[in-house]
Amino acid sequence: MTDAVIAQGLVKRYGDVVALAGLDLRVPQGTVLGVLGPNGAGKTTAVRILTTLLRPDSGSAQVAGVDVLADPAKVRARIGLSGQYAAVDEHLTGFENLDMVGRLYHLGAKRSRTRARDLLGRFDLDGAANRPVKTYSGGMRRRLDLAGALVADPAVLFLDEPTTGLDPRSRSDMWQIITDLVAGGTSVLLTTQYMEEADRLADSIVVIDHGRVIAQGSADQLKELIGGERIEVVVKNAAHLQQARHLLVGLAGAEPTVDEHTRRLSLPVRDGSASLVEALRRLDAVPIAVSDISLRRPTLDDVFLALTGHNTDPAGEPGLAPAVR
Amino acid sequence: MNVLWALHDGLVVARRNLIKVKRVPDLLVFTTLQPVMFVVLFAYVFGGAIAVKGSNYREFLIAGIFAQTVLFGTTITGAGLADDIQKGIIDRFRSLPMARSAVLIGRTLSDVANNLIVIVVMSLTGLAVGWRIRTGVLDGLAGFALLLVFAYAFSWVMAYVGLLAPSPEVVNNAAFVVLFPLTFVANTFVPLEALPGPLQAVARWNPVSAVTEAARQLFGNLAPGAPAPRGWALQHPVVYTLLWALGLLVLFVPLATRQYGRAVSR
Repeated sequence: MTDAVIAQGLVKRYGDVVALAGLDLRVPQGTVLGVLGPNGAGKTTAVRILTTLLRPDSGSAQVAGVDVLADPAKVRARIGLSGQYAAVDEHLTGFENLDMVGRLYHLGAKRSRTRARDLLGRFDLDGAANRPVKTYSGGMRRRLDLAGALVADPAVLFLDEPTTGLDPRSRSDMWQIITDLVAGGTSVLLTTQYMEEADRLADSIVVIDHGRVIAQGSADQLKELIGGERIEVVVKNAAHLQQARHLLVGLAGAEPTVDEHTRRLSLPVRDGSASLVEALRRLDAVPIAVSDISLRRPTLDDVFLALTGHNTDPAGEPGLAPAVR
Repeated sequence: MNVLWALHDGLVVARRNLIKVKRVPDLLVFTTLQPVMFVVLFAYVFGGAIAVKGSNYREFLIAGIFAQTVLFGTTITGAGLADDIQKGIIDRFRSLPMARSAVLIGRTLSDVANNLIVIVVMSLTGLAVGWRIRTGVLDGLAGFALLLVFAYAFSWVMAYVGLLAPSPEVVNNAAFVVLFPLTFVANTFVPLEALPGPLQAVARWNPVSAVTEAARQLFGNLAPGAPAPRGWALQHPVVYTLLWALGLLVLFVPLATRQYGRAVSR
């Protein structure tokens, strides 16, 4: 079986800005690839190239077995795209939006209508089917946009930050929908800024930064890379920081980081809650006054810090050290 | 085959645009209210001050207002496309296996539908202030058709502008700056002879003058026994208008279609 998506050495420049610097991707048939990266990493550019909206400066790509550059029209017939901004017409009703997309896929009037009704039912939008989309909530618009991408039952689905900007409830609804889709055998390329989302949905993950892949593997492998959970302690008195480090270093799976400025000690741990209890016990025995202590799951920021040494904040100067480590 | 699909897709998109007109009727109300206002204001405010030899001003005015209004109607294509790009809907269309020209065909066709409605409203207003078609039904229809054909060609210019512009507001402002002089430095509102020399030369070759002159001829609104206008363009206004329409289409259909292929949301 061929791969659903193969991209090799994709390069795209906008003037002096390099959006993609030789990106390689592979989505095996029937799996979900999570493309994880901060704003400006090149995620959307990659999706736009693979969905034929943009031509790369160099490199090659195949989607559903078709060459993206040689036969874009054929690619478009086999893919679905749901973007970061719900690409639905807000003056049309939900039904009219999907019906229009069906007709533009040349399904014919009757099949377009049936398909629109099916999808509205499946995405829990039948109650709002005949209301203009401008009355929809953000979550409903996103579901409608995803439904639009599924009208022609595409073999490969591209989801560009499908939950960015959604409230937690809508996000988990969206995750459930995507999980069900994948169970049906659709191959998916998903971009996201959220580690948790990639963790929940993707079979494998690539982390990209400045237009190239900087790490790949399963969610567990990536977390392993940065040491899983970490305990963060903020001491009341900066003078106690080194003492606290000395007390707790034995609990850490890797070298703890110390930020003098915020009086924060951060240590990667294996057994989160047990280590937390032990850490409190040791600090209390001295005693060292603590103004905050918490157990944190790794975030994309942590992955980034670990992999690149710079923060995910696109406005942050890459040349500056993130903190005293 | 491909042409038929492009037309089919164009009609699907046109339907979408017309549903929007139905849902946001303010748009149509204002595009029709303005010409109605113009007819009434020009007819009664300037009507007494502007003399048209051998005819009355209201009879003279209507074809000019028609020409101006259908041209302004084409800004809907430009602003609509700029809006689609801003909202990301162009991405959806471009990711579908449809003809590259279809969205533009749909847009420009819905302009024709909008302009038809506007022409009906304006004609009724014209009739109310005393304007008449003094030729026959066929000539009258030919006059309306010529106005619509010229405006349709101009819609493609606006499509190109709309695809380049960063926002719908920019399209509206840019259109205003270009269309106002284009429709005023012409025989639309005053007889050509009333313009100062250099402007007269421009106006004589302005296609808006030609389409206006042609409409006046076809509606029978020219003063009986009026001398033939100077210059080839106004002596052959129908041919000159059609040549312009053809030229605009030949130039801007490929330009706009190519720009659509490059359009980037946000």
